[in-house]
Amino acid sequence: MTLELEGITKKIGAQTHIHETNLKLERDAFNILLGATNAGKSTLIRLMAGLDRPTKGEVFFDGERVTELSPQKRNIALVHQFFINYPHLTVYENIASPLRVRKMSRTEIDQRVRDSADLLQLGPMLDRRPQELSGGQQQRTALARAIVKESRAIFLDEPLANLDYKLREELREQLPEILSQRGTVVVYATSDPTEALLIGGNTALVHEGSVAQFGRTADIYRSPANLSSARVFSDPPINLAKIHKTGSKIVLDQHDWQASGDVLALADGQYTIGIRPHHVVPTAPSPPFVRIRDRVDITELSGTSSVAHFSMGKRNWVSLAAGTHPYRVGDMHDFYLLPEKCLYFDSAGILAAVGTDHG
Amino acid sequence: MAEIVLERLSHSYFPNPSSTRDYALRNIELKWSDGGAYALLGPSGCGKSTLLNIISGLLNPTEGRVLFDKKDVTHLPPDKRNIAQVFQFPVIYDTMTVYDNLAFPLRNRGVDSQFIDQRVRAIASMLELDSRLSLRAANLAPDDKQKISMGRGLVRDDVNVIMFDEPLTVIDPELKWKLRSKLKELHQNISLTMIYVTHDQTEALTFADEVIVMQDGEIVQVGTPIELFERPLHTFVGHFIGSPGMNILPVEMTGNGVCFHGHPVALEGTATTKTGKFEIGIRPEFVKVCSSGIPAKVHKTADIGRHTVIEAQVGVSSVNVISSGPPPALGAHIHLEFIPEHTRLYADGWIASEGGSG
Repeated sequence: MTLELEGITKKIGAQTHIHETNLKLERDAFNILLGATNAGKSTLIRLMAGLDRPTKGEVFFDGERVTELSPQKRNIALVHQFFINYPHLTVYENIASPLRVRKMSRTEIDQRVRDSADLLQLGPMLDRRPQELSGGQQQRTALARAIVKESRAIFLDEPLANLDYKLREELREQLPEILSQRGTVVVYATSDPTEALLIGGNTALVHEGSVAQFGRTADIYRSPANLSSARVFSDPPINLAKIHKTGSKIVLDQHDWQASGDVLALADGQYTIGIRPHHVVPTAPSPPFVRIRDRVDITELSGTSSVAHFSMGKRNWVSLAAGTHPYRVGDMHDFYLLPEKCLYFDSAGILAAVGTDHG
Repeated sequence: MAEIVLERLSHSYFPNPSSTRDYALRNIELKWSDGGAYALLGPSGCGKSTLLNIISGLLNPTEGRVLFDKKDVTHLPPDKRNIAQVFQFPVIYDTMTVYDNLAFPLRNRGVDSQFIDQRVRAIASMLELDSRLSLRAANLAPDDKQKISMGRGLVRDDVNVIMFDEPLTVIDPELKWKLRSKLKELHQNISLTMIYVTHDQTEALTFADEVIVMQDGEIVQVGTPIELFERPLHTFVGHFIGSPGMNILPVEMTGNGVCFHGHPVALEGTATTKTGKFEIGIRPEFVKVCSSGIPAKVHKTADIGRHTVIEAQVGVSSVNVISSGPPPALGAHIHLEFIPEHTRLYADGWIASEGGSG
């Protein structure tokens, strides 16, 4: 199974919600739609699932045109952020409901319901009603109903957003295993960059109604095609600054460093650098590094990591380091920028070059 | 502003509670000093919202007392307690401008208009709302509305405490991150007592000076974020804090130490008890991939940019490892080492090794 969007646009009135989009999703890989609220993730899912018709363009399932087909005819399953189950039915009947509609034999239904329930650890809950379950169990029930009917595509629209942090962690870890090897296309929308990295698979970065970039999740994280991709795909937010390149020298305020590799080949002029917070560190790494001395404005120490905010010439930069560092708010502190980790964007915001060690 | 003391608080939603199971809160003893930043952290149903409602006066506790600056306020209604609250969803007046929304809690108390203006502008600038002061709240994005809601909580400087109930749940990660930092900065600047209720450990650990971890209506541990991370007193805290949480692994007590699937493991210090169900707790940050040590097989890896999370299998146990190196191949055989000064012993869930220097 493949799912393809060809020249899709979606307008509502005079407003364009989705700009012309082409995207091809393969089965068995997790396909993540990553973007902020209102970026267009849910609209894209609605178009793929058949809940909405595109203004222009076509949708293909396995090369077959399905643009006008209903969700039922497309044979898809959809799981929302809010746990949607039938409140008057037991967990068993909730999971069985899509199969009953298909008039499947009772033994086959029973077998499939129990298999799906086992996969989602709902075996002991089958006789309960949704309101007797925890939020995590309710969402598992919705997921079990989505996988029981062996649909061609499964759409998960921020399925973990309403769960407790630890439940989210648990279910996120299990989802790829539950959904892989089923021959279906899996599309997963999230606004959380770390969630995308933890799941892996492929990611489409959605920004202001367009797919800014699509590819292997880790690749996109390391080589964002443009500034908006870099900003969407960074948590904490990526540090940005305007720099000037003259020959082999890069100048940022009173700091400078030597360009190398692809950066050296850039035309002289002004660029924006992006450097992730974990590449601006509080202890001297092995060279090369650029030392920045600045006042610590805010600190966040969680045991596992230490975050410090500093002004960097009114830019609000952030340093993120593993372990605990003894910062004191208001004190001057040294930070070390790793120049080889910098991403360089041109005046149009397009990635122009990357440091030699930007991984 | 005030020091807040909770004395032997218990609460049951049943009229005649008989067993401990009938209680949503049990035996809460807490002392919060004036100007501190505190977080109540726990999963849904742990009692943290019940506790918040008792402090704000929405609930009368079944047993115990609430003291603000040594004064018993247990039965005072919310409006007599002089507190501010910020909820999960924005509570604002859509028809009013941003300015009037922020000024409302002050005007309501007959504060002089010059002070109101100064205060509203200061809070608006901290929350980066200063360019929107004259706009009607109805026309703003959800994030901005929640900022106004926070601003309304922060605008009064005479409150005993500001309480935040999951204030960032509906906010996107990037802005969540910004608002969290803002709140932290605000606390550093205006040093009001703040209580922040959340199920999200990241929010709790980054915001608070002291975190109260709750489970099933009881306090499990109170400590600084670093204390909770370094030395959880209970396996629940170890698991709940950290991402991934602490590895809690079954061990056997032998004559001269503990064994994990037959491999001897060095602990931070000597065991304090000889009986109970024994487990060791070791954080993924303190498990190293080495050339020798406990043999393990790589089951899963996730490259999250700044580090790799490896899930390795040792016997029937899975061990999470946070590694700075490139991810090993799936199915690869590796060796693990547990850093002894970070390896804790737990008996029936509670810490049972003497603290070392780690």
